[in-house]
Amino acid sequence: MQSLTNRSKVVVKKEMTFSERIYLPAILGGLRITLKHLFKKKATIQYPEVKREMAGIYRGQHVLKRDENGAERCTACGLCAVACPAEAITMTAAERSKGDEKLYREEKYAKVYEINMLRCIFCGLCEEACPKEAIFLTDRIVPTDFKRGEFIYGKDKLVEGVNNRVDVSIRQTTSVAEFKQVPNLQHNRLSN
Amino acid sequence: MPKVTIDGQMIEVPDGTTILQAARMIGGPIVPPAMCYYSSLKTSGGYCRTCIVKVSKGSEKDPRPMPKPVASCRTTVMDGMEVQNITSPEVVEARKGVVEFLLLNHPLDCPICDQAGECHLQDLAYEHGLSKTRYEFERRTFEKIDIGEKIKLHMTRCILCYRCVKVADQVTNKRVHGVMNRGDVAEISTYIQHAVDNDFSGNMIDVCPVGALTDRTFRFQSRIWNVNPMDAHRDCKTCSGKVTLWMKGNDVARVSARKDKYGEVIDWICNDCRFEKKDAHDWQMDGPTNIERHSVISQNHYSLKEPAHKPLLNTLYTAPADRQLNSNN
Repeated sequence: MQSLTNRSKVVVKKEMTFSERIYLPAILGGLRITLKHLFKKKATIQYPEVKREMAGIYRGQHVLKRDENGAERCTACGLCAVACPAEAITMTAAERSKGDEKLYREEKYAKVYEINMLRCIFCGLCEEACPKEAIFLTDRIVPTDFKRGEFIYGKDKLVEGVNNRVDVSIRQTTSVAEFKQVPNLQHNRLSN
Repeated sequence: MPKVTIDGQMIEVPDGTTILQAARMIGGPIVPPAMCYYSSLKTSGGYCRTCIVKVSKGSEKDPRPMPKPVASCRTTVMDGMEVQNITSPEVVEARKGVVEFLLLNHPLDCPICDQAGECHLQDLAYEHGLSKTRYEFERRTFEKIDIGEKIKLHMTRCILCYRCVKVADQVTNKRVHGVMNRGDVAEISTYIQHAVDNDFSGNMIDVCPVGALTDRTFRFQSRIWNVNPMDAHRDCKTCSGKVTLWMKGNDVARVSARKDKYGEVIDWICNDCRFEKKDAHDWQMDGPTNIERHSVISQNHYSLKEPAHKPLLNTLYTAPADRQLNSNN
């Protein structure tokens, strides 16, 4: 049969020498390697008791930020959802009612905000699209579960606690940090 | 029949045609943007100055150029006139300045605003504007007002184009709102929150180039790119009944009038069609609305936007002026 390429080799089955036939040198060589590894530093760690140090910009589980007064920053503009290549984000907007100014920063807020963690590819485009600095990816790992439904994270799992803030300052670009220092910009003020 | 040359393209137009209309007859990228001019509303235009062009040759008889950029929506063409729009760096620079002026008091609340995605000011700012403002003072703010049950007025977002006032004057039979005060404190207002409830008052929402007048029945319901526009019609006694339905799944999220490629309403629709008929069974579907491919509205929609039966060759090879007429029917 004619070969498609010229790279085929003829395989030769060589006759083994005496030392190869008794196999002992090969077995001893293998044991030596195994013994060497017993005294080496371990490559694995005992997760979850021990956790590896993460890069600050690791893209893990999302957080929905609150502002310094504890109001939710997200205004349900839908830009994260439209930027999401995996279409993992869905939301329903609602109008803020009077008296809720402490809860929601803007006139409109996300009544429902869901991220399907099975769909999410952790690309970080949502965080890049967000005009309100509301969504950030963090260095937390999304835990495993037994049911698929548990991976649809609602606001209960995504919004940070008022007294349990998630620090994302390392993820903010310097230009954003400078922008936030300008007090008379509407972005940096609470709306009524 | 005067002949006019706009950015090197000559066209013969009827007497009394404005430069903007002549440019629209040619079509393409040389058409100046317009925020206040509305072809179907008489005496509209002349407020916003976004359509300014340079007249480099006044006419055949008097070839002197006009000293300053002119508003193309209000300047009629003369025989032999030569106009520069995008080919003149002066005009592009001046228009950039106009956009900056329009944005002086305009709030940066696009993430909240229902108009975002179909907002002419947003498009204009994106195309010409600066990414930073040089304005250092407080922006003017107003309280939000409900004018009637169905319309919300965000005066803060208004650019005072007067289109809604002209709709109320020319399309409805009684105007109950207008522009109060002057200059920086001018605002659209009614007689002490008088409800605007005329049969055709809802068209104010469609003519508003920004998000100052929005549909209360659609308020915060959905972003515009998450709803699917479908052309539909019904037999209506008061209006033509030809509308665009903005569908969310099988539900009608919003009803609006059909618009041409300049974002202008083709047929006015009545409030009954706009606000009351929110059931898909009220309507006969005509097929998906044609949305420009690069518009954010066609984001995440996988269906074929161009109707498959439309003869593509005809659309490609019709004269530009005819094409404009075709797109209106």
